Amino acid sequence: MSGPYFAWHRLVAVVVKEFIQMRRDRLTFAMMVGIPIIQLMLFGYAINADPRHLPIAVLSQDNSSFSRAIVAGMQTSTYFRVTVIARDAAELDRLLARGEVQFAVEIPVGFGRSLLRGDHPALLVMADATDPAATGNAVGALDRILESSLAPLLEGPLATLQRGPGPVDLRVQRRYNPEGITQYNIVPGLMGTILTMTMIIMTALAMTRERERGTMENLLAMPVRPAEVMFGKLAPFILVGGIQVMVILTAATLVFNVPMVGQPIVLAVGLLVFLIANLAVGFLFSTVARNQLQAMQMSFFFFLPSILMSGFMFPFRGMPDWAQVIGEALPLTHFLRVVRGVMLKGNAMADTWVDIWPMLVFLAAVSVLALARYRQTLD
Amino acid sequence: MTAPVISVRGLTKRYGDKAVVDGFDLDVERGQIHGFLGPNGSGKTTTIRMLCGLLVPDGGSGTCLGHDILTQSWEIKQRVGYMTQRFSLYEDLTIRENLDFVARLYGLAQRRAMVTEALDRLGLAARSGQLAGTLSGGWKQRLALAACVLHKPDLLLLDEPTAGVDPKARREFWDEIHLLAEGGMTVLVSTHYMDEAERCHRIAYLAYGKLLAVGSVAEVVRGSGLSTWHVSGPERRIGALARDLAGRPGVEMVAPFGATLHVSGPDATALEAAIAPFRAEATLRWSVSEPSLEDAFIHLMAGAQP
Repeated sequence: MSGPYFAWHRLVAVVVKEFIQMRRDRLTFAMMVGIPIIQLMLFGYAINADPRHLPIAVLSQDNSSFSRAIVAGMQTSTYFRVTVIARDAAELDRLLARGEVQFAVEIPVGFGRSLLRGDHPALLVMADATDPAATGNAVGALDRILESSLAPLLEGPLATLQRGPGPVDLRVQRRYNPEGITQYNIVPGLMGTILTMTMIIMTALAMTRERERGTMENLLAMPVRPAEVMFGKLAPFILVGGIQVMVILTAATLVFNVPMVGQPIVLAVGLLVFLIANLAVGFLFSTVARNQLQAMQMSFFFFLPSILMSGFMFPFRGMPDWAQVIGEALPLTHFLRVVRGVMLKGNAMADTWVDIWPMLVFLAAVSVLALARYRQTLD
Repeated sequence: MTAPVISVRGLTKRYGDKAVVDGFDLDVERGQIHGFLGPNGSGKTTTIRMLCGLLVPDGGSGTCLGHDILTQSWEIKQRVGYMTQRFSLYEDLTIRENLDFVARLYGLAQRRAMVTEALDRLGLAARSGQLAGTLSGGWKQRLALAACVLHKPDLLLLDEPTAGVDPKARREFWDEIHLLAEGGMTVLVSTHYMDEAERCHRIAYLAYGKLLAVGSVAEVVRGSGLSTWHVSGPERRIGALARDLAGRPGVEMVAPFGATLHVSGPDATALEAAIAPFRAEATLRWSVSEPSLEDAFIHLMAGAQP
């Protein structure tokens, strides 16, 4: 078998060497075990394509047994969870714009009385349809919920109201994306995903490259502070990120016809914070990683939960609470809300702020950690 | 007498339980070229790195340019030029871009003028647009030197600067070092080359993290207490003679240099007794000689096994 083209002893030599090297590289080893576990947990437990318990704000201007029955029926359906009792219509608008609730329902004045008179009063349900997948099933269930919650009250002489078009005129408003176009949701989200991937990988290589090429020693011997190195290395990538944003935005509006309802400047502010937050993560990885391969692995380790748990691929509210807590910590989660908020909802700075400050907190925490990790000596 | 540029006492650096530098004392006066010699792994690089703040000593104390090496490495970095053993400038930047980067870091006024001047002085002006990575070893070394003297440091730390450089480039490099020292710069340079050690004002010899000898070349050679005989004769006889002499009492080392043997031992009488049986051979010519610096070093190292 030991012919001139293939010899077992040479194959064994290579295999043995590879095993030794694999065992020495602890991080790769951890990744081999860690990635399947994380994927299993995320796909198995966290991701749910039929989100329930979606937060709904109720503005009830009628205190009849009918309106109470409708609200109670929504809760028992498990699709909805009343989180806010609103005071006026403006509050409903604001709650929807900021994404604090997925739905808002407005029960008009005299709802119960008109129902009894057979006037088919209007019941307005507004959905935040930026992500059609998050609202579709709940909206589809509305008719049945109304029917079953009103049925016990419409007995005897009132049973006639159940006939015909139904006692209530249900009006569903799919806000921000009335036609339920998936691209409207995906394309702005892609901007955040692409930026996360490219920004982190590029800066993750920043310090490891200095180390691998041997230029680190010279850099450390010269008078330069960690923060100067860090922000000096991040700055060019802000420009790179800016160019990427231009490309994606142009494609989004021209090719995919995604609307740009809000002010570009508001988006720009959110983008800047998001970009720097991601660059800082990359820099943190590069101060920890011993070589470029490890830096790439760490980037991937961060990227995976980012796309799965941010609400990019699956509805954020479909995830269990523990997964939502993790998701809330990720900058991509907040950026998705900013970009969708500005492009589709036309959110102003005041509405966007609720998602900008968490990114700022994240940025500050990561920067402090990175600068603490940065070694000014070769020790 | 001005204060020494470098003054350290008991400097120690451990990796695990192995002391790479072990209770090291050193004083270097202003304007001197101080050679740093010792076998591989003797702690030369580690010591230099501790002096310029790249490594934190585990023990000992000292000053570099009047600043505490433990607490004031930022101040030290401003006034020190450090040339690393391996080329550590950016290979994907041009020569001028590398120098510009360094000049900006040190915040040099008239950056352009100073970079151009450095390029002219080193004869790199014509190649200033060339990528540093495409330079040959000798040119990389000149560039590295230019980069670390750009800010006119008071102290220059050179870690085996001429490793792998041809003799002519080495000669020129050392001429440049002497020029810088005449200008008042203090130079601490580590090397393996004996001829380079002989171009230093003073040398320090390290082995196993300990300082074994310090002084001028003549002082170190004299201090070794070694006696040396040279013997020359027919090539074939010399080879056999080397084997005969090695291991005899009084003979510590026998080193062939072409058709000549250098025979050395720490005790002059014992050495003479050892070679006595061969003195009468007609084909051999014996002469008393001065031990070389290399002989002295090998002797020092042999006596300092850890």
